[in-house]
Formats: sequence, structure tokens, C-alpha cells
Amino acid sequence: MEHEPFTWVSLVPFLRDLPGHVSNGIFVSLIIVVIALLGYLQLKKTESDIIPASKLTFRNFAELIVEALSGLINTNMGSRGKEFTLLVGTLAIFILFNNLSGLVPGFLPATDNVNTTFACSLTVFFMTHYYGVREHGIKYLKQFVGPLLWLAPIMIPIELISHLARPLSLGLRLFGNIFGDHQVTAMAIFFLPFVLPVPAMILGLFVSLVQTFVFMLLSMAYFSGAISHEEH
Amino acid sequence: MKRFLTVLMLLGILLGFTYGIACAAGEAAPAATLDSSVKAMAALAAGLGLGIAAAGAGIGQGKGLAAALEGIARNPGASGKVLTPMLIGLAMIESLVIYSLVISFLLIGKL
Repeated sequence: MEHEPFTWVSLVPFLRDLPGHVSNGIFVSLIIVVIALLGYLQLKKTESDIIPASKLTFRNFAELIVEALSGLINTNMGSRGKEFTLLVGTLAIFILFNNLSGLVPGFLPATDNVNTTFACSLTVFFMTHYYGVREHGIKYLKQFVGPLLWLAPIMIPIELISHLARPLSLGLRLFGNIFGDHQVTAMAIFFLPFVLPVPAMILGLFVSLVQTFVFMLLSMAYFSGAISHEEH
Repeated sequence: MKRFLTVLMLLGILLGFTYGIACAAGEAAPAATLDSSVKAMAALAAGLGLGIAAAGAGIGQGKGLAAALEGIARNPGASGKVLTPMLIGLAMIESLVIYSLVISFLLIGKL
């Protein structure tokens, strides 16, 4: 397994020079952009707003995805859900499409590489603090001090470390699951060619969905923690 | 303000592209080989570490799963509401094993 794995993107002349996960990430993002554009064009047909079509058309499919995502976000974040739908939904669709593209032969999931997953988790980390400061002002830093003031010298390092561990764990969890899964499928193909990869790929499908779900839930939990008001 | 942010973002993407192409053009550094006794310990650590992590995760997930299944058995109508936190808990426990798996891959890469 020393040679470069074959990907469909290596056939495109410009993208061939980029690192593997970047070119595959671009490819998957292009697919998502095309789907989003087609869905946006469907928004102009307002006469079928009231009565949905009976078969599974493209519009129904897009509405299904958006309703599922925003239902999940509103359940977990309560009334403030609408502001976060854009960020959390985009991250979820990006991670889901990238994970699932690893099951199709010839594609390398962009989340196979630490760079992509840490990019996603660092985005969540910085946006947590941005939302916290936007909500509370400079008093957001009072969270680090803890309940009693004289405990501050102990509490501040502990809180800092636990805050820094969050993006690390988010990124490593996603990377480890997808990369390990890819390696297991590769080894399964090596040992018993057509039989053994099937359970490995079913596990891969399940893991892709669950990891996206867990990433979304944890991001929403961090956002809720940042913008929560203390009720006395 | 919006235009400034758009220009900044496009500049960032352009810089990322250039860095990516430059990285792929200049190939990787030569790998350093380790001493053979260090390699033996690394191989042992890769195997044993993952085994211990998997044992701990097996026990933890087993207890969680048992409680979830008992909840479903008592109240089959609540199976949807029990399943979601159970999946989240299993993914959390499994992530500890995944951290150990990443270290094992790193160690095997150095063999």
C-alpha cells in the first residue's frame, strides 16, 4: 500500500497537483453547491408551496433535509435556534457528504485528514467565543473564574485546559473514526476480497451518520453553554 | 463591511491554494529510522494500548447498553427517546478508543 491511491479527481488536470484531501474536499463542496443552487431555483416556483408533490421530487428531497436539520437544531437549542441553523447545518451537510463519499470507490473523504476535521472544530471553537462575547460582553470571561472569587487561581487553569480540549477532542474524534474506518475497509479488501468489506462498509455508513450527529450535538451544546444566561 | 469580509475570505482561500500547491510540489522530508529496540517497544505499545482501551470501552458500553435495553423492555413506546441518548453515549465512549487508535497508527507509521 505504498503507491498513491487512485481517485477520480486525479483525472482533472488542475486539481491533480493539490494534496488529496483538498481536491476531494473541493469536489464534494462543488456537488453540495450544485444541489444548493438547484434547490434555490426551486424556491421561485411558489404555486406548489401549499400542496407538496406526491412523489419524491428534488424539491421534496431538499425540504426533507432542511426540515430534519432545523428540527434537530430547534429541539436542542430552544428558542434561539434560528441564528445557529446556518453554521451548524452547513457543517453537518459538509461533514456528512464528505464521510459518505468515502464509501464510493474512487473518492477520498476530506475528513480522512486531520487538517479538515481540525478546521471544522476550530471554527466551532472560535464561533463559541464570538457568540459568547457578543451575547454577554466582557463579562463572558467571568465564566472562567468559577463560583467563588478566591478559587480563581485554581479554576482558571482548569477551565482553560477544558476549553482547549474541546476542539482537540471534536477534531480527533471525527478524524479517528473516518480514517480508522477507511483503513479497516482497505485491510478487509486485502484479506478476503468480496465478502469481508461488506460488513465494514455497513459499519462505515453507520459511523458516518453517527459521527455527523455527534459533531452537531456537541457544537450545539457548546453554543448553548456560551450564550446561556444564569437564572437565579 | 460585508465587502471587506468577502475580500478577506477570498484572499484567505487564494493563500490556502498557493500553500497547498507549494506543499504538494516540494515532497516529504526523508524518514528517520529508529533503533531496533525502540521499534520493538513501539510495536508492543501499539498493540497493547489499543487492546486495553478496547477492553475498557467494551465494559463501559456494555453497561450503558444494558441500561438502555432494560429501559426499552419496560416501556417499548419510549424506544425512540431512549435510543438517541444511548447512541450519543456510545459515541462518546468509543471516541476514547479512537484516540488510542490514532496513537497506534502513529506508532505503526514509525516502525
